[in-house]
Amino acid sequence: MSNKLNHSMSLAKPDVQDISTKQKIALATGLVGLLILILAFFNVNFPNRAVFLTLALSLITAGTVVYSRDAYLTKLEGIKNDGVWFKSISSRGAMGWALGVFLTAFYIVLYFYAELLGAGQGANGTNTGLIALFDPLSNLLSGRDASQWFVYGTLYTVAIAAFGYKFILKYRHNKYQQIRTVSVIFFQLGFAYLIPEFMHVMNSDLPYYDLKSVWPLNYYLFQDYHLNQFLSAGNIGTTLIIFGIVSTLVITPILTYKYGKRWYCSWVCGCGGLAETAGDSFRQLSSKKMSSWKLERWLIHAVLVFSVIMTVGVVSSFLKGGWVDGVFVEGNYWLSNEAFLTSVGLFLTVIFAGVMIFKRSELGKDALYGAIGYALVILSLFVVYFTGTNEEIFFVNSGTLKSAYGFYIGSIFSGVIGTGFYPILGNRSWCRFGCPMAAILGFQQRMLSKFRITTNGGQCISCGNCSNSCEMGIDVRHYAQKGENIVRSSCVGCGVCSAVCPRGVLKLENDSMDGRINPTEVLLGNDVNLMDLLNQK
Amino acid sequence: MEHIVIIGNGISGVTVARHIRKNSDKKITIVSAETDHFFSRTALMYIYMGHMKYEHTKPYEDYFWKKNRIELKRGYVKTVETKSKTLHFEEGDTLQYDKLVIATGSKPNKFGWPGQDLEGAQGLYSKQDLDNLERNAPNNKVCKRAVIVGGGLIGIELAEMLNSRNIPVTFLVRENSFWNGVLPEGESAMINRHIQNHHIDLRLGFNLKEIKADENGRVKSIVITETGEEIDCNVVGLTAGVSPNISFIKESEIETNRGVLVNRHLETNIKDVYAIGDCAEQRDSGIGQRRPIEAVWYTGRMMGETLAQTICDNKTEYKPGHWFNSAKFLDIEYQTYGWVFAKPRENEAHFHWKHEDDTKCITVCYDTTNNKFLGINTFGIRMRHEVFDKWLTEARDIDYVINNLPEANFDPEFYKHFEKDILSAYNNNLQTA
Repeated sequence: MSNKLNHSMSLAKPDVQDISTKQKIALATGLVGLLILILAFFNVNFPNRAVFLTLALSLITAGTVVYSRDAYLTKLEGIKNDGVWFKSISSRGAMGWALGVFLTAFYIVLYFYAELLGAGQGANGTNTGLIALFDPLSNLLSGRDASQWFVYGTLYTVAIAAFGYKFILKYRHNKYQQIRTVSVIFFQLGFAYLIPEFMHVMNSDLPYYDLKSVWPLNYYLFQDYHLNQFLSAGNIGTTLIIFGIVSTLVITPILTYKYGKRWYCSWVCGCGGLAETAGDSFRQLSSKKMSSWKLERWLIHAVLVFSVIMTVGVVSSFLKGGWVDGVFVEGNYWLSNEAFLTSVGLFLTVIFAGVMIFKRSELGKDALYGAIGYALVILSLFVVYFTGTNEEIFFVNSGTLKSAYGFYIGSIFSGVIGTGFYPILGNRSWCRFGCPMAAILGFQQRMLSKFRITTNGGQCISCGNCSNSCEMGIDVRHYAQKGENIVRSSCVGCGVCSAVCPRGVLKLENDSMDGRINPTEVLLGNDVNLMDLLNQK
Repeated sequence: MEHIVIIGNGISGVTVARHIRKNSDKKITIVSAETDHFFSRTALMYIYMGHMKYEHTKPYEDYFWKKNRIELKRGYVKTVETKSKTLHFEEGDTLQYDKLVIATGSKPNKFGWPGQDLEGAQGLYSKQDLDNLERNAPNNKVCKRAVIVGGGLIGIELAEMLNSRNIPVTFLVRENSFWNGVLPEGESAMINRHIQNHHIDLRLGFNLKEIKADENGRVKSIVITETGEEIDCNVVGLTAGVSPNISFIKESEIETNRGVLVNRHLETNIKDVYAIGDCAEQRDSGIGQRRPIEAVWYTGRMMGETLAQTICDNKTEYKPGHWFNSAKFLDIEYQTYGWVFAKPRENEAHFHWKHEDDTKCITVCYDTTNNKFLGINTFGIRMRHEVFDKWLTEARDIDYVINNLPEANFDPEFYKHFEKDILSAYNNNLQTA
């Protein structure tokens, strides 16, 4: 049934449209910048690292900028999706797979073989290779040598800024897209990249803390070593712990109520920021199948339950105390382990009961899933409490739980699969299937938020542009063609469905909770009596 | 069990099938010669442009039909025998029905131009047309130039499609301004300029005289009637409107004119035979100011919604509400609510506002005797269907509409609003009028 000869597996001439000469030069420029980084990876010793690092990053940025300007500014404003399913890189062709393998390999090295990047491989533990290339910049910002995380953070920030610029040009007719992109660039550059470095300069006891990275996305925020670092940093550390708790329990629910989860996922979050900018070319690759949606609901909530159990377990054992030089030292904090577990148990019970009492009708079958999930969490908490053994939750050591979470979720899922597989699974597979923060925000978005995507009466023509460009794999058309608002947990509010709609059917809105979810039988435009008859049924 | 057979798996046929299933356990079969599954015809252009693949144009996953016990039959109906309630297929087999729904849609118009059936001359309506276009115009090396004949909605879509592959396009439009049989002058002129800004060679006021063939019987060039100019091209797009696709029932006892004649209940002259969508023609006259044949996506859907009630023993008249529609001209979106005719009719006047960037404008039509609001065309500004539908029902006057325009705005957040500009233009207009 294919309409097009599939050129995308061809390496020689993968695309329908040749790119312009200017674009070729820009591409070459960017690749030279990348080549410098690769040479550094292979331990080529550059005479002046600061110059070569600057050169590498500038060439990559300049290449992207020139390429984008030639791609978009030479055309009239409008939707720029021509050929996305023909281009090898954006349609799972040979180039897409090659990029996927490259990114995946990069993440594996980054997380598990940092020594290959040159971390501490020189004399007296100095850096070599790629990481050494970044030493001058790290020293400039915080007065210390670079780590693999500094290298990663720098490249990540450059990617969001450069591809963010590209995205802004692509959507230069769309203010929502532009402002949102400026926002993610700002939060990445400021909050994730610069501020933690400056915080280190001010107080070197402080651990790395990206203030916008909220628990449970920031799964290590409340881990014992992290808490110890905070506490040893004095008042500022304590303040930051409190800020972390307030972020999750107060700021997040208020903003999500008012604006939906988009305030975080597509305006602030770093993972979202990369997905929306560097990952934009891959948004159409997310699966819209019903089976994927089912998998998504189970998987993302499983990760959430895992992250809650892990964090509660870790905090619980931290509060109880720990072994110091072979002697067990009881925890001596204002919050006792018992009080902590009881309040967590109460909190979860209140949420569970609240949803069951007030939102039962909106849940349907999902209620059962939620019920089981939460019941498991609460049950496990009591197991922890009553078994009373120091570090065992579910008869598993909390340290084991912690490292399992860090390995499987923190590294493999969010990094290797989440980003490495952009060109295969789409740009939001982590956000969609794995992110526990997205699960919490989504749960609230579905239950208690003013946000929805409004559909415009009977104007939908079922063309499918909306579903095609939904990075979260929502079958937007399914709702639009029924004239039904889209109120879905997973929607990150990127607004691209609305942008690409050729008939002006979709609008992201914050409005009253009443009538937000409006399933209909017959759409606006038909006989009023028939609509009344069927829609009231 | 009663067997409902629907010929045509477009939006009309599929909607009636879905709603019959919701309301009954009848046996349902959908017959199509075009594709195995329902797809969105309106999205064909996006497949060629590479925005989507064919599978993305299917609004329902393939398991949907089995799950809902809707049988799909691929086949071309050659004749309908209403006495014995039998369909005869070109492939030789037959199918019995208890009730028959004809929902076969349209086919592109051909007006007897010399050479109209040559290889490379084609319309753009069906999946097969798209496949042909992919063969005839895969890139600008095979297709060095395309000529499009007919300045309507399909013509401009075809122009956009070919443009996306850098194929030079000459666009022959019979009228002296694009789609000005429907659009008021100011809007039509704005779209002319927009087409030209996309480097499409727009030729207004020209007709096709003939299509010439090369030695292999393929399109080689076309000749313009008015000037005699010959334009070399490899593809000729014939997009001068569509007409009902009903040749297979001309021999039957089902009464037809241009389309299958139906009454307000969508019944034909033969009991248990109905027609909906593009191929149906209202027997008496169009409903309200609507045309007797409406080849519009949503009217097909609404006829399907209505007919399903009748078939499920809740006899319901087809009563469409206020007219509305939408389209997209390259980068400019267009919506319309109520009636705005190209030229104001008796006791009608237009208020027209255009933004200086030449991509946004509105035209409001009102009754000059009582200032009643009759309709609006909006270009480049999205508006709410629900609000205009309400205002039309409430018979608001133009003052109310212009003053309350912000309520109807449907543009994405942070977009610049033009309601103040429109209001002050309107007030100035009143003072000078």
